[in-house]
Amino acid sequence: MPRIVLEPRFPVEYLSILDSDGNLDTALEPKLAADDLRSLYRAMVLGRRLDERMVRLQRQGRIGTFAPIKGQEASQMGSAFTLRRTDWMVPSFRETAAMIWRGWPIEKLLLFFAGHLEGGQPGRDQHDLPITIPVATQLPHAVGLAYAAQYRGDDVVVMAYFGDGATSEGDFHEAMNFAGVWHVPVVFVCQNNQWAISVPLKKQTHSRTIAQKALAYGLPGIQVDGNDVLAVYAAAHEAVDRARAGDGPTLIECVTYRLGVHTTADDPTKYRADEEVAMWEQKDPLTRFRTYLEKRNLFEAGLEQQVDEDIAEAVRRFESAPPADPLTMFDHVYAELPPDLKAQRAEMAAQAPAAPARPGEPRETPPGATPMRGQRLTRR
Amino acid sequence: MPKLNMVKALNLGLFQEMERDRDVLILGEDVGVDGGVFRVTDDLQRKFGSQRVIDSPLAEAAIIGTAVGMALYGLKPVCEIQFSGFAFQCFHQIENHCARYRMRSQGRFHIPMVIRMPYGGGVRALEHHSESEEQFYAHVPGLKMVIPSGPRTARGLLAAAIRDPDPVIFFEAKALYHASKEEVPEESETLPIGRAQVAREGSALTLIAYGAMVRVALEAADVLRDEDGVDAEVIDLLTISPLDRDALVTSVKKTGRAVVVHEAARSFGPGAEIAASIMDGAFLSLEAPVRRVAAYDVPFVGFAREKANVPDVPRVVTAARETLAF
Repeated sequence: MPRIVLEPRFPVEYLSILDSDGNLDTALEPKLAADDLRSLYRAMVLGRRLDERMVRLQRQGRIGTFAPIKGQEASQMGSAFTLRRTDWMVPSFRETAAMIWRGWPIEKLLLFFAGHLEGGQPGRDQHDLPITIPVATQLPHAVGLAYAAQYRGDDVVVMAYFGDGATSEGDFHEAMNFAGVWHVPVVFVCQNNQWAISVPLKKQTHSRTIAQKALAYGLPGIQVDGNDVLAVYAAAHEAVDRARAGDGPTLIECVTYRLGVHTTADDPTKYRADEEVAMWEQKDPLTRFRTYLEKRNLFEAGLEQQVDEDIAEAVRRFESAPPADPLTMFDHVYAELPPDLKAQRAEMAAQAPAAPARPGEPRETPPGATPMRGQRLTRR
Repeated sequence: MPKLNMVKALNLGLFQEMERDRDVLILGEDVGVDGGVFRVTDDLQRKFGSQRVIDSPLAEAAIIGTAVGMALYGLKPVCEIQFSGFAFQCFHQIENHCARYRMRSQGRFHIPMVIRMPYGGGVRALEHHSESEEQFYAHVPGLKMVIPSGPRTARGLLAAAIRDPDPVIFFEAKALYHASKEEVPEESETLPIGRAQVAREGSALTLIAYGAMVRVALEAADVLRDEDGVDAEVIDLLTISPLDRDALVTSVKKTGRAVVVHEAARSFGPGAEIAASIMDGAFLSLEAPVRRVAAYDVPFVGFAREKANVPDVPRVVTAARETLAF
């Protein structure tokens, strides 16, 4: 009986187009119109500036715990940029730049992180799922959406986001497996930011890449420089085209880095070295894209100020949103309120409720950080 | 009117709902070619195709998770979990997502799906194949929890569950699948979710049961009539959540005494909520404490000891006599 190497061997590609020194591979450079390049950069800058603003809002107690995206702007914008409005985006909880690009108003995201469920309501014409917090559990939803679109014969691609930690979860593997068997139009985008709170990638998986995990499910997997927006765009564009053409799912691993905290309740100095962060700061996705745009005379002066003004207006809208009426907590449990819940609602209405919380109102006592996912509470 | 067993009645219900609405599809393990291990989905793949009756890979979390995605898109998936004992591998999808999407998205999305699961003992089955664990689902806000007691209620409630805009957990007692035949009208019918039925009228005591325990309660009522001359009322809950408290209260106000019967373990089970509802609504009518006849608070005991653990007629009769003598 033979013992032989099975063919075909499965390749895993790595794609980089614009490196951190500004070197460009012109043969691989995607053909993006000037306006598209400017829109992409603007969305990345907006993501960065909003991120910084939201951290300050959290420190002031005006919003709650928030998961910053700093450093991951290219991974999420390069990919989300390839979707049409009629396509679907399935986020996890660290995709604010991509969510705003997809049409989420900034003030809604602020409301969400301020504990108002109104912030999690997508617009009627928006093909986006709300933030999903339990890690990897949104991935089967993406596969189901794609199956349903295919079943109805709709021209729709679904793009789902998750992190490196999610690839250890069963739901990730089950979703990849179902997507492969069903051959549905879904693109899995892993933002491999090297750290799942305090656990580094090498303790998360013994695989050399995350991209190669696709091969076990019969899907193409590609690893890209996640801080190179051109490379992410090129890989995502190819995957979306393939999905749209009926050629099935793809896994894209964006190798990036979480420059900030896991959430505003986290203190990364406990588990990672400043030198590592400094090294990744040299690879900042915004800096290298800006250099590229400058070389092509596409850089807009004053962009930061414009973006900051947009954010300031959104913060004002957020803070003037109506207070949370406690009685509305009964509105969206079922289509029709069962008798018992009607009675509970009446019970609440009969009691003098506490003054409703206003969006953005600082709490009287300084906010203690709220840990996420079993992490230790660290006060800074 | 044809006489059908519960398997055939459920199969007819699925067929009729799929004919009625192209958005209804079925997914689960072995539901297609094989027609399900209990044959509830028999022949449906041949009639509706493999895109609508999907033999899924073997993964409970992804069956429910992908069905959530389908429901978010507007389809009406009917999932089969092969045995309810395996549902803990998808409990996170049920609790975190099925139950919450309407709330989380503030009404932008809802989850019109049904999760069918065979449950309960009486079929000499191994571990994870005979448990009765409805209490987990009944406790979760956002879910509905339905357990029919025979062929006609099964068909009617399944149709209602499929048409319901919210997620419904639909337990099917394995002991009832082939237990008896009942006349089931040919034309489709729905039974309202959230409404109990009086399975037997009486005045001395109320026996409250659901699923396979309804038969046990009815037989106990016969014994009480024949041996004690006592006229027991039997309430068939049909829906565990939302609970039909009015039906319970109305009956106990009349009888003054109640015994709850369920296969689930006693502590923190549905019986506790039922007893509390009776206390809330009929306290001044009570002549005796509300009794619970339930499985004991032990993990799976093996079918060699199952009869001692699952409530049977003598245990219900004893509890009823003690309640009457209180």
